[in-house]
Amino acid sequence: MPKVTVDGQEIEVPAGATVLQACELAGKEIPRFCYHERLSIAGNCRMCLVEVKPGPPKPQASCALPAADGQEIRTDSAMVKKAREGVMEFLLINHPLDCPICDQGGECDLQDQAVAYGRGGSRYHENKRAVTEKYMGPLIKTIMTRCIHCTRCVRFSEEIAGVDEIGALFRGEDMQITTYLEQAAAHELSANVIDLCPVGALTSRPYAFEARPWELKKTLSIDVSDAVGANITLHSRGREVMRALPRINDDVNEEWLSDKGRYQVDGLGKRRLDRVWVRRDGKLQPAEWTEAFGMIAGALEGNASSIAAVAGDLLDAETMFAAKALVNACGSQLTEARQTGMTYDVSNLAAVNFNSTFAGIETADAILIVGSNIRWEAALLNVRLRKAVKAGAKVFVVGPEWDTTFPATFLGSDLKILNRVPKELGDVMKSAKRPAVIVGAAALAKGALPAALKLVDKFGLVKDDWNGFNVLHISAARMASLMLDFTVPGGMADIAKAAPKVLLSLGADEMDYAPYAGSLKVYIGHHGDKGAHHADIILPGASYAEKDGTYVNTEGRVQFAEKAVFAPGDAREDWTILRALADALDVTVGFDSFGALQGKMIAAVPALGEEGLADYGALPKPDSAAKAEGEITAHPVKDFYLTNPIARASEVMQRCSDELLHGADVKEAAE
Amino acid sequence: MADRNPAPDTPELRARWSAFAWTPENRTTADWHIAKYPEGRQRSAVMPLLDLAQRQVGAETDTQGWLPLPVIEYVAQYLGMPVIRVLEVASFYFMYNLKPVGKFHVQVCGTTPCMLRGSDDIIAACKKRGMEKGHVSADGLWTLTEVECMGNCATAPMVQINDDNYEDLTPERLDAVLDALAAGQQPKAGTQEPGRHTSEPSGGPTTLKEMVTENHDYRGEW
Repeated sequence: MPKVTVDGQEIEVPAGATVLQACELAGKEIPRFCYHERLSIAGNCRMCLVEVKPGPPKPQASCALPAADGQEIRTDSAMVKKAREGVMEFLLINHPLDCPICDQGGECDLQDQAVAYGRGGSRYHENKRAVTEKYMGPLIKTIMTRCIHCTRCVRFSEEIAGVDEIGALFRGEDMQITTYLEQAAAHELSANVIDLCPVGALTSRPYAFEARPWELKKTLSIDVSDAVGANITLHSRGREVMRALPRINDDVNEEWLSDKGRYQVDGLGKRRLDRVWVRRDGKLQPAEWTEAFGMIAGALEGNASSIAAVAGDLLDAETMFAAKALVNACGSQLTEARQTGMTYDVSNLAAVNFNSTFAGIETADAILIVGSNIRWEAALLNVRLRKAVKAGAKVFVVGPEWDTTFPATFLGSDLKILNRVPKELGDVMKSAKRPAVIVGAAALAKGALPAALKLVDKFGLVKDDWNGFNVLHISAARMASLMLDFTVPGGMADIAKAAPKVLLSLGADEMDYAPYAGSLKVYIGHHGDKGAHHADIILPGASYAEKDGTYVNTEGRVQFAEKAVFAPGDAREDWTILRALADALDVTVGFDSFGALQGKMIAAVPALGEEGLADYGALPKPDSAAKAEGEITAHPVKDFYLTNPIARASEVMQRCSDELLHGADVKEAAE
Repeated sequence: MADRNPAPDTPELRARWSAFAWTPENRTTADWHIAKYPEGRQRSAVMPLLDLAQRQVGAETDTQGWLPLPVIEYVAQYLGMPVIRVLEVASFYFMYNLKPVGKFHVQVCGTTPCMLRGSDDIIAACKKRGMEKGHVSADGLWTLTEVECMGNCATAPMVQINDDNYEDLTPERLDAVLDALAAGQQPKAGTQEPGRHTSEPSGGPTTLKEMVTENHDYRGEW
């Protein structure tokens, strides 16, 4: 632990720390552009210059200089001030003076640091450099004249995303950041370079010229586009969510966000259900709440308990609890959240949880993925797997091949491999110190969970401080629904068999509505998607941005999201609809306010009241007779950009899907 | 530097170069270059391989050679590295031609020492022969490029033509060199000054004169 002196203050820093980190530990602000905690050190912007003794009598780039015992570091000397001013002046030589029309304005590192560390004016009177715009896809807008060549975007795509597509061509003054032949940056995390860009060179294309950061209301929320539960901030203005940005949470998303989580928000304002609809003469027609409630009550007349609820993928725990309370109050137990018909055993939640945690899986040294296209089903988990592989982990995949961003061995898609493990896989897993198995949704659908559980003993997945058995869900609502016991043993087949008079569909857009021809289908949701098309009654609900709620990610991490905006038109928060419906059906659910609902839910499932990882106990004893059968023919996510009703309503996501996945021609907006 | 963009990615370019593959000899050379680097570091061979590819293109087109995009992609694929990384290298170094060049790539040094010794006249002489900066001449023989210092300041002015340097030039000497090249001969590389061998001081040594004939011990004179 070297001891260094920063501006006269002696501090001890961890071995391997840089001078910049030492200064930060001492509470000093060091300006920087190229340095980023999660990327490799480039040392090319020179903004972090400090004075270090002993050493050459000139300013040193603190980001690339290891802190050593006895160093005397000064961040406040005249030399440092002059050096910073000089660097800033050089950076601004070729930077355009277009802050008033730049989308980075107000959140621009260059702007802030020029004010804080720059000279008052420029002495440069020659012509400035100009660089042509580069096409980088439907999400990233480029104004390359603003680029200061920090290469953060290059390092991100190479190191974090693992998709080498951005590079720096040419050299010196002619250096240009671009993708190969200006192809679109086509991976699931591409838009993170927008956050990383310290200037306005890479900005958000859908958000271009929409708003200034200081006029936005920031609300802490949770991303529902997959089961990772990335922490986000929703930036809203008035009644509109303008954008979603990631929040730093090292346990979940670090500081990244998938493109879908970031850009599906424009779908929140499109194809919305903002009034009540009922089907008359085979056609959906506008109606009043009372009329709709009356129809539901009428359908249940004489058989009050013939009601079932199916939960969709984007729901918060409170909505599901309220629905369950309503269905139970009617005397029915028919609630199911696994809307695509999966029937895995949920008696022990540890068996369907991502036990290693996302941060933990980074330390795994042998990983078997069964039936999951991680890049599309949990893009942020793929970042972790890539880190594990960089640290030496070996990865095997059972299932159809997908484009991994790390070396991996595909073992075919026949699930029988779980019964008779091939030697190459068995040897690696058994000799690993921290082996891990990830069971994906495709494997769950094939009923491979019991056979996968047998691997726990075979590979020694559970050790003293390690649990390597993981299930990766793809629905943001899944773990919460399982914790709330929102399931029936036979899954959707049980619901269909019961042929309920009334089917409450809570935003269930992926389910098969064919077996419910005889039921009154009530869709409580926010988007006119598949569920609404099949519905007899539509009650407009709130999306994740329009209600407070509790979400549990696939690790079993309980997280709270806050309401950012109000739902449009007549739409109401889902729990209030269910509460009003209880009155219409003349049953008691036992809550009158959101607080009471949450209190009741926490009383029923205490783990939902505490933010952080829920404890599901030990893994169950595996069934020794379990056998895996069949072949994984496809992954459940067919199109990364269009997995949920919000994303399907989003023009940005549709364009991404067209251009990046289906090779449609680039649509340049006539701006 | 301004005109360093790669040749446009046209269907004709793809049709002409998509089938590019090493000749058997070049494959051996390429593998020999790759084998120089430790396991897992094969990408380090990207520079010799690009040079080799450029020479092979040159042999196929009877020019100095250049790097069409499909050839760059071939090298990337041969080394198992992302093509953008290869293009970064190819666009960084001036020795890789990103556009077609003539049979003789005349690179005239225009940096200060050469300029003071008359590189402007050299460039003028080149232009007089019909060369144009950055273009292939009509007969396909010449491409003129002005470059920065080639490290021959002691024998300035100089030009580099393909793999050889021609130094101590005057417009007449340059004409003689270019005439010889055009006639298919191989003029003497290096200095064109009669009586000069390499970059020794012209007109005889001015310092350490005693060292010319023997290993003189100067220490007593310090």
